[in-house]
Amino acid sequence: MGSILRKVAFPIFLIGVAAIIVIAWVPALLYGTVDSMRDDLGRFYKWEPRGEHATLTLDNIRQYLEGSIAGQSAPAAHIRFGRSTAAACTYVLWLLQFRITRDVLAVVGVVGFVSLFAMFAIWWERKVAARMQSRLGPMRVGGWHGWAQSLADGIKLLQKEDIFIAGADPVLFRMAAYVAFIPALGLFIALPFSAAWIARDLDVGLIFILAMYGVGVLGVLIAGWASNNKWSMFGAMREACQMISYEIPLGFALLVPIMTVGTLRLTTIGDLQSGGFQTWLAFRNPFLLAAALIFFIAALASCKRAPFDLPEAESELVAGFHTEYSGFRWALFFFAEYAEMFAAGALAAILFFGAWYSPLPAAWGESWRHGPLWQQALHGVVFSGPLWLIGKGIFFVYVQMWLRWTLPRVRLDQVMYACVQVMLPLAMLVLLANTFWEWQVRDRSVLGTVANLVCTAVGAAAVLAIIGVGLYGFINRRRLVGTQVVKHLPGA
Amino acid sequence: MEENTLSSQPAAPGAIRTEEMLVNMGPQHPSTHGVLRLMLRTDGELVLETIPHIGYLHRCAEKIGENVTPVQFVPICDRLDYLAGMNNDHGYSLAVEKLCGLEVPERGHYIRVIMCELNRIASHLVSFGCYGMDIGAFTPFLYAFREREYILDLFEATCGARLTYNYLTIGGASLDLPEGFVDRLAWFLDYFEPKIDEYNNLLSYNYIFVKRTANVGVISVADAIAYGLTGPCLRGSGVKWDLRRCAPYEIYDRFEFDIPVGMPGGSNGIPPEVVVGDSWSRYYVRMLEMKQSVRILRQCLQQMPAGEFRAKVPRTLKLPAGEVYLEVEGVRGQLGFLVVGENKPIPRRVKIRGPSFCNLSIVPHVCRQVLLADVPAIVGSIDVVMGEVDR
Repeated sequence: MGSILRKVAFPIFLIGVAAIIVIAWVPALLYGTVDSMRDDLGRFYKWEPRGEHATLTLDNIRQYLEGSIAGQSAPAAHIRFGRSTAAACTYVLWLLQFRITRDVLAVVGVVGFVSLFAMFAIWWERKVAARMQSRLGPMRVGGWHGWAQSLADGIKLLQKEDIFIAGADPVLFRMAAYVAFIPALGLFIALPFSAAWIARDLDVGLIFILAMYGVGVLGVLIAGWASNNKWSMFGAMREACQMISYEIPLGFALLVPIMTVGTLRLTTIGDLQSGGFQTWLAFRNPFLLAAALIFFIAALASCKRAPFDLPEAESELVAGFHTEYSGFRWALFFFAEYAEMFAAGALAAILFFGAWYSPLPAAWGESWRHGPLWQQALHGVVFSGPLWLIGKGIFFVYVQMWLRWTLPRVRLDQVMYACVQVMLPLAMLVLLANTFWEWQVRDRSVLGTVANLVCTAVGAAAVLAIIGVGLYGFINRRRLVGTQVVKHLPGA
Repeated sequence: MEENTLSSQPAAPGAIRTEEMLVNMGPQHPSTHGVLRLMLRTDGELVLETIPHIGYLHRCAEKIGENVTPVQFVPICDRLDYLAGMNNDHGYSLAVEKLCGLEVPERGHYIRVIMCELNRIASHLVSFGCYGMDIGAFTPFLYAFREREYILDLFEATCGARLTYNYLTIGGASLDLPEGFVDRLAWFLDYFEPKIDEYNNLLSYNYIFVKRTANVGVISVADAIAYGLTGPCLRGSGVKWDLRRCAPYEIYDRFEFDIPVGMPGGSNGIPPEVVVGDSWSRYYVRMLEMKQSVRILRQCLQQMPAGEFRAKVPRTLKLPAGEVYLEVEGVRGQLGFLVVGENKPIPRRVKIRGPSFCNLSIVPHVCRQVLLADVPAIVGSIDVVMGEVDR
């Protein structure tokens, strides 16, 4: 049984990865199909009633799919299905036009994505840490580089006793893990994975996400207070003062791109960066680049990641706010942490680094968007789509891990000093300077163009440097780990 | 949790009532390096007072010493400062040899110095790695353990053990060096010496690390001497005192090496924030000492003669009446052994001066009015091993 499992495990893993890609891409495609069907019906077939919330009937859809609406000529790029395929697709598409269906799918998608991502990120963090420390990390579970380690850990944590300590507050102690976890899920509601693939395209999406971050702190605070443990208490207090302080420079850094684009709607902010690498907001002028850096550092502090991981500082506070937690309740805190890490990375990507667009100008692929299915798929991979956003988010998560395993931890007074004395004035200055810049410097002027080019060059150099170092590390991966480890590498 | 017996300041009428909190740091705590228990009187993040409680690892080492022969006691010595077993064995053997008037053969001396200095490097590596962990940098810890592994491999090849060696014994060493040891050691020294600079760049000069440790837990020269600090803690305060140089024992007078001491910041590549006697200085003295140990080891390899490695020690060694007190420069400071004989194979009294015990005594003095995060930074820089404190 074990050997069979070992043989099929890796293919299952690959299928899972493929499934994630499909899950990320297909709904957007289907929603697009439904919406374009509604448009087409309205435009070509004099379909009544029109309007955004009009309900398509099953007959409408089937006839549309078969391309057989009597007396009407179908549009040129119309997809035509056979009778039986059309009948099968009809019910799916009919369901998809309803808001409630899309919401259910969105909830399933968000929960699924966050869980899968957290499991992937925990495994990956261990591998990244191991590589940096000339170790191998998990190598056993699942066969290939221990890919199923998180799965095994999750199953283990599920089986563990949910210890409830005698002096703890019975309600708050149990509640805290959910209060920490649910906002971390909730912020994905307003987080666009692409222009179409978003659960609720709020016009105050950014504020909603920040609010969810803020509520997440409450979970940590409650956990620290309810645990009836002095170390937990210390951790909770640290988290509170750190989070509240860093939200201010975070907010100021976010105001910079918001003032530039003039909207809080994340899909609009994303769409403004569709013109290729040099139109990404971070490379627009030096102040936006600075704002991107400030945002990332402040987000690091808000996500309580190293070097700002004071609330769970192991060498000082044992485990900080989650000292008394065990089993799956404990795991929920970690799920929340990794979800917030990804959200911070994705937010950085959306606001500053081209959102879900590739470095190539999206206009180049415009014709593919309305072509046959394979062209649409290729467009999603090459030019824009959820995969690009997920990729960028994962990159920023990687940067957070990289920092965590490189830097020592700062002290509380230094965290506060860095926030109030350095980050806050800097963020204010950047906001002021950017305001002035946007007011005075025209888009196509010489100064604007030069600044854009210089910032783009800096960004491109950084990207190339990271790719270069990564390649060097990958090519020499057997040498760099050190002679002790080489002896134990698989195949040695 | 303890009752708050120490009364706090009466609050002014109308003010928010605050209370001091007593917190137990240890005996089970990630950064107390074993079973040290620190009681902190805290006011928020501020630590007003630190009271160390010891005795959680008491194993009656001295009492055992009064019941077994010196050769039997050597394995117990390994377990005093379990990170530097060789140095403990060495100190005890020297004391017994002085009492009995035994002469160690030439090669035996060199083997002893090689083992002691290797173990000093291994122990300082642990100290360096754990100190990084105390400050929150996890990665240097594993690098330190990677290098330590080479040394432990050498020890394993020599005596079969990796932690409690029972190798240096009365009259010399219990075995000769294994075949190929000299080559392996020479390779290791060439490999290891540049790594020290690498780790200095990785951790010692790291901005955050310096900010966390420089000017934290400053111990003045007067305090250091008054509290009986020895080893890197004393030298970190700028006192050039090393028994290997100041009161040479064994054959340390034959080697050239420097005594690193804490230096003020701003010169010699030392960060400007550093003050003599702070945590960073104590930590950095260890880094420099590793280099000096490498120097000593190189000279050892050049000078080491062939021949006998152990003196002819009678099967039942009778300890003559009289007492001997001898101190050696252990890894953490001056390690002293008092052996009292009474014409029997078993000593009448064995007393051990553990440097960690004396070094730990300064913790209440230094850990006052510091932040909570400074407590691991200070205790880590003093680098105590509880096996030696409680004995």
